[in-house]
Amino acid sequence: MKAYLNQVKRYFGLSLAMCAFIMGVAGVAPLWASEQVVVYSSRKDHLIRPLFEQFEQQTGIEVKYITDKAAPLISRIAVEGKNTSADMLITVDAGNLWQAAEQGLLVKVESEILDDQIPAHLRDPQGRWYGLSVRARTIVYATDRVTPAELSTYEALGEPQWKGRLCLRTSKKVYNQSLVATMIESLGETQAEAVVKSWVANLATPVFSNDSKLMQSISAGQCDVGIVNSYYFGRLQDKDANIPLALYWPNQKDRGVHINISGAGITRHSKNPENALRLLEWLASKKAQGEIAALNKEFPANPNVPPAPQVVSWGTFKADTINVEVAGKLQVDAIKLMDRAGYR
Amino acid sequence: MSLLVRRLFPFIGGGRIAVVMPAFVVLVPLFVVGLSWLDIDASIWRHLLDTNFFEIVNNTLVLVAGVAVGVFVIGVSLAWLTSMYEFPGRKVFDFALMLPLAIPTYVLAFVFVGIFDYTGPVQGLLRDLFGRGHWFPNVRGTLGVVTVMTLVLYPYVYMLAKSAFQAQGRGVMEAARVLGKGPWGSFFSVALPMARPAIAAGMALALMETLADFGAVSIFNYDTFTSAIYKAWYGFFNIATAAQLASILLLFALSALLLEGRTRKGKKIIQQHRVQNRIPLRGVNAWLSSVWCLVILVIAFIVPVGQLIVWGIEISAEELNSRYWDLLGYSMLLALSAAMITLLTAFLLAYFSRVYSETWIKGLTRIATLGYALPGSVLAVGIMISFTVIDNTSTFINESIGWAVLPLLVGSVVALLLAYLVRFMAVAFGPIDTSLERIKPSIPEAGKSLGESSLGVLWRIILPMLTPGLLTAGLLVFVDVMKEMPATLLLRPFGWDTFAVRIFELTSEGEWQRAAIPGLSLVLIGLLPVMILMKRSSRK
Repeated sequence: MKAYLNQVKRYFGLSLAMCAFIMGVAGVAPLWASEQVVVYSSRKDHLIRPLFEQFEQQTGIEVKYITDKAAPLISRIAVEGKNTSADMLITVDAGNLWQAAEQGLLVKVESEILDDQIPAHLRDPQGRWYGLSVRARTIVYATDRVTPAELSTYEALGEPQWKGRLCLRTSKKVYNQSLVATMIESLGETQAEAVVKSWVANLATPVFSNDSKLMQSISAGQCDVGIVNSYYFGRLQDKDANIPLALYWPNQKDRGVHINISGAGITRHSKNPENALRLLEWLASKKAQGEIAALNKEFPANPNVPPAPQVVSWGTFKADTINVEVAGKLQVDAIKLMDRAGYR
Repeated sequence: MSLLVRRLFPFIGGGRIAVVMPAFVVLVPLFVVGLSWLDIDASIWRHLLDTNFFEIVNNTLVLVAGVAVGVFVIGVSLAWLTSMYEFPGRKVFDFALMLPLAIPTYVLAFVFVGIFDYTGPVQGLLRDLFGRGHWFPNVRGTLGVVTVMTLVLYPYVYMLAKSAFQAQGRGVMEAARVLGKGPWGSFFSVALPMARPAIAAGMALALMETLADFGAVSIFNYDTFTSAIYKAWYGFFNIATAAQLASILLLFALSALLLEGRTRKGKKIIQQHRVQNRIPLRGVNAWLSSVWCLVILVIAFIVPVGQLIVWGIEISAEELNSRYWDLLGYSMLLALSAAMITLLTAFLLAYFSRVYSETWIKGLTRIATLGYALPGSVLAVGIMISFTVIDNTSTFINESIGWAVLPLLVGSVVALLLAYLVRFMAVAFGPIDTSLERIKPSIPEAGKSLGESSLGVLWRIILPMLTPGLLTAGLLVFVDVMKEMPATLLLRPFGWDTFAVRIFELTSEGEWQRAAIPGLSLVLIGLLPVMILMKRSSRK
């Protein structure tokens, strides 16, 4: 019994000491702050850390960051208000950046460097956020069952010849919401809804929760065509160079392939706005651009920087040059439309 | 027991504070979530009602009902077999059947879909054997999601029911048999009702986690209430609607808990001695018992872990870098500290809510354990908002009186630990409360009459008798904190990345195989406390 009591005392003593230590660390750490920039990022650690490390080496500015999904990060910046520690928000999908800007969380940036490096349709017309990399959401097909000649546009995937042959990812993924948002903008709401309905009617199987699984199902023969982000195809290629799938660039005779961005903006209540701007400009620079894109098999936002050889091997295409902010403006409409059309 | 304890412990007159404080800590974020009703967006609600609101309500009910039946059947049957009978492999099953708890739900969901879906080995083999076009149930549907949730969550029922069955001993069963009941009859009319509080506590945990789950249902693309919550937040960027939906979910959980408490009212069960020797099973019965335990263990633990190991070996070089040790350190540190704090708080709560018999104390206690039914992200936001209010106020005060600005709560370890406390109070409270329930009033009375002081009775009699419950509670919280994702993501200090954070980063990019190493690490660390429990129980 004595031994037991001592044990209990020791454990509680230990835990109290631990608490005191933790509070000490948490309390003291912010006081050491030197030159730094704080980033909230929904782009994941392994895609940003190598860049941040280079930036730190070159400038001596320390980059602190946390990663989470876009919506919680945006909520956190909003709730923290004036007290926020975030200097910069990095997210994927223009829809998320548009939301952050719309909620007044991002500040307008005046930078000739940025305006020079990043094309107008890949940044906020009001200068509150800038695209840093570009991804194409395009058609993927099984090379043993489909010839490219059978394919033409996103809309044509709703035609009867694809009945029971189409695979789609869930409508909850923002990539699909953005795709439908641009379709609403280009085709009008009625026609866009008809297209989405015709897709749903052609589905071979319930929608997937991710693009990789979708492509594996195409290569296993569950369906023949699907819509995916280009870099997921690249990752599958890495695992199996002979995978019987290929990308097709649709809508080349009209608006072009749907593209989206990952990008960044500087927060309204940034405590280190100069450092944040320096980081943003550095990320848009030629050297960083090649790496940002290459890390995730994407296309650089800076048109003067070539993509990685693997990405080049997928061929060139005409991209939709509608401003990516449409993804944000029409996101709610797109979700409602997909709900009505029965696209889960 | 309450009146008696009060007589025994007059010194704790102010002990109500021990109930009020933790309840308050939990209530604040819940209150913040409730406040969302001040800001109603009619258009989103109309859209939800016009499209799939009733479908998701229906799906949620089906899921909860399915998991309830599943965890009850599996958890209770396994607990009964391993605590009452001796059969081949019983000693291993005893602890091994707790192991699935260490597997995060989303990991099992992914492995399950990977194995059984069209592209997986099972259907691939069927295609090779019989050609295309054979029938196979839709894996990414109701059946799949209910199965996965059941397999991950049954250990809650198993662990709690087992300790209850062990506490009952064989005596009551023998008495029932003597009085003419058959083996099944005595199980259903005596053993099961006696274990009911424990089983109910276990099922409450399992079902609250089912209600709050987002990871697994999204892998199956099965739309539940949480799907609507996340759609409102991530799609419509309307956090108020998300919180409103979450508060409905909360009401649902609360009413279920109250209903269970009401039907149980007045049936006080006090148990006494343990009889450790199990009834040996022979022949077919023995082998059937072994096979049943083995089947569950294989599909709920061995297959998914085997898959993780296969993936892990392929990518170990990439993930086992210096960052790995940081992840390990932070995961352990957070889980240990949170387990200690939660255990202590839950003990005070459970103990003093028995000391005082007022209805409002009971009500507060119930509320204090509700954090578990909220989807993690919603709770995290509620906590974040509460802390930000404190931060902003203190900054304001500091600025007005010209003091240096204090460090912020949000993004500090304190905030994160409090979040864990709020979320996992129920997990610690259940086992502790059911163990308290089993302490016979005559035992502390006897201690008292033998000259022990009130504090001494608590310290030397009640606490030691609670040890199994405390250890179970500690294990559950430890494992749950390690797996916790949304609050850790949102509230962690810079650089405090855990295994769960790493799993999130990889899986949200679709890199499930690379997530195998942090996933396996979670399972391995979860094994440690299970081993400690096992060592203790075998020593007796």
